[in-house]
Amino acid sequence: MSTKSDLKSEQDEGKRDFLIVSTYALAGVGAAAFVWPLIDQMNPAADTLALASTEIDLSSLEEGQAITVKWRGKPVFVRHRTADEIKQAQEVSLEGMRDPQTDSERVTKEKYIVLVGVCTHLGCVPLGQKSGDVKGQYGGWFCPCHGSHYDHSGRIRKGPAPTNLEVPSYKFLSDTVIKIG
Amino acid sequence: MSKPKFKNPVVKWIDYRLPIFTFMDHELNHYPTPKNLNYFWNFGSLAGIALVTMIITGIVLSMNYTPHVDYAFDSVERIMRDVNHGWLIRYIHMNGASFFFIVVFIHIFRGLYYGSYKAPRELLWILGVLILLLMMATAFMGYVLPWGQMSFWGATVITNLFSAIPVVGESIVTWLWGGFSVDNSTLNRFFSLHFVLPFVIVGVVILHLVALHRFGSNNPIGIDVKGTQDTLPFHPYYTIKDLFGLGIFLTLFAAAVFFFPNFMGHPDNYIEANPMVTPAHIVPEWYFLPFYAILRAIPDKLGGVLFMFGSIAVLFILPWLDRSPVRSSQFRPIFKIFFWVLVLDCFLLGYLGAMPAEGIYVILSRIATAYYFFHFLILFPLLPYIEKTKPLPISISQPVLSGSYTAASSAAREKK
Repeated sequence: MSTKSDLKSEQDEGKRDFLIVSTYALAGVGAAAFVWPLIDQMNPAADTLALASTEIDLSSLEEGQAITVKWRGKPVFVRHRTADEIKQAQEVSLEGMRDPQTDSERVTKEKYIVLVGVCTHLGCVPLGQKSGDVKGQYGGWFCPCHGSHYDHSGRIRKGPAPTNLEVPSYKFLSDTVIKIG
Repeated sequence: MSKPKFKNPVVKWIDYRLPIFTFMDHELNHYPTPKNLNYFWNFGSLAGIALVTMIITGIVLSMNYTPHVDYAFDSVERIMRDVNHGWLIRYIHMNGASFFFIVVFIHIFRGLYYGSYKAPRELLWILGVLILLLMMATAFMGYVLPWGQMSFWGATVITNLFSAIPVVGESIVTWLWGGFSVDNSTLNRFFSLHFVLPFVIVGVVILHLVALHRFGSNNPIGIDVKGTQDTLPFHPYYTIKDLFGLGIFLTLFAAAVFFFPNFMGHPDNYIEANPMVTPAHIVPEWYFLPFYAILRAIPDKLGGVLFMFGSIAVLFILPWLDRSPVRSSQFRPIFKIFFWVLVLDCFLLGYLGAMPAEGIYVILSRIATAYYFFHFLILFPLLPYIEKTKPLPISISQPVLSGSYTAASSAAREKK
């Protein structure tokens, strides 16, 4: 049995719930709007993003030589491969590779292999750019931190790294100039 | 206060071992608060929120700031142009300082008007003055960090205040600078201190709150709470009142941040610091202007510095300067008039601090300074001997005496 005053108090409670819920909701939206800039400021800033591409002139890079350039704060390996290295990279069987990829999937011009020089295991920089470096069992790169071996195409062949060395997005602006990023 | 009953078993389990929920329930929920508080009692919680806002935005800014003379200015400009939402965060921090001072100044004048510094709240008041001092130091050092012209010359002038100290003054200034002028060492230490002092302020704020909760808030009629009929639980009555005030505060704050963010700043601070050239007209931030006016009013280097610091020092001893047992100005007709004279005097000092130190401004500064110290050092102790205070109400629930409007209306309210 509901009397008139009971009805009224029920209505009042409904109104009060509405007020409370809408207050919380509005406060939540306000708090989120305030928190977002505080979080987003840690993302790359406009000047950092503006530095996200690098051009490299490869004309002085002789066969068998390699250079390392900095791109987005990370080393990028560019190696001018010898005919022998290209042959090895193309002809090796993909069977048993951890991250099977043909050499042609990984290069634009087969003379030049371009890789992000960061081991896919835990982020060290692999050896193999300098002539005296240990290059690992497959002649490409070797990561000294935990012993990952990469071949002439930068593919993981042995060791703990889960994937091949990353190929950054790049394009040839001319025969010998590339733009990374 | 009865032990709160928690339904949630996890809360119960924790509270039995670590009575944090009981504590919060006691201090934030049931906490008995005088039922006649007006909106001037919002400014304490607003100050707390301003402090938290400053700390949060400050930590975020420090992630993008470089405390080095060669990079500081550029890193701030980078925050303004390149860092995602950096302009917003910096404008909140910049204007936040001004709003923090606005709120704190109102909070202090509230305490002066209603006699909140009197026994047994002397330590509460002293801790508050200490917070004001820490805020001033923090704000000053923060203003140096963008390494603009005003930063540099403000730092030079303020640190040079200490050179007024006889004998050891020069050595102290060299020590403050870590060199022979304001330079990279100075900037580095100011950054370090500007980062750490806010947390010291948080510590003193906690003490301030502990002292507050010992006897509870003062109230507009300034008489002690006589029992539960005079109080309301803090939640929901004052949480909602504080939130409403917060809404208005944030609206004004946002208006400043979004529509006139540089109104309270100085354009010269967007020119990089140059130790070879002083700007033609250098003024401190507005919240220092009254103190700056006092400094310049005294025609003596050491004297000016002493009077300036003295203007804060008198606040520390105020609980013993004011000899009247009546707290609220509502019952002190003469004090009430002089209170507003003091408010005007402080505004006048602020205005004079922004004006060049010449001609009529110097004379007015001296009069205003003289009044400030007269008010604290002579008026406060002597007024009780000549002032006839109005009769105090018996309790908060029965504010007065026969026939008065408040008595009638409160009696009517009681009947309901």
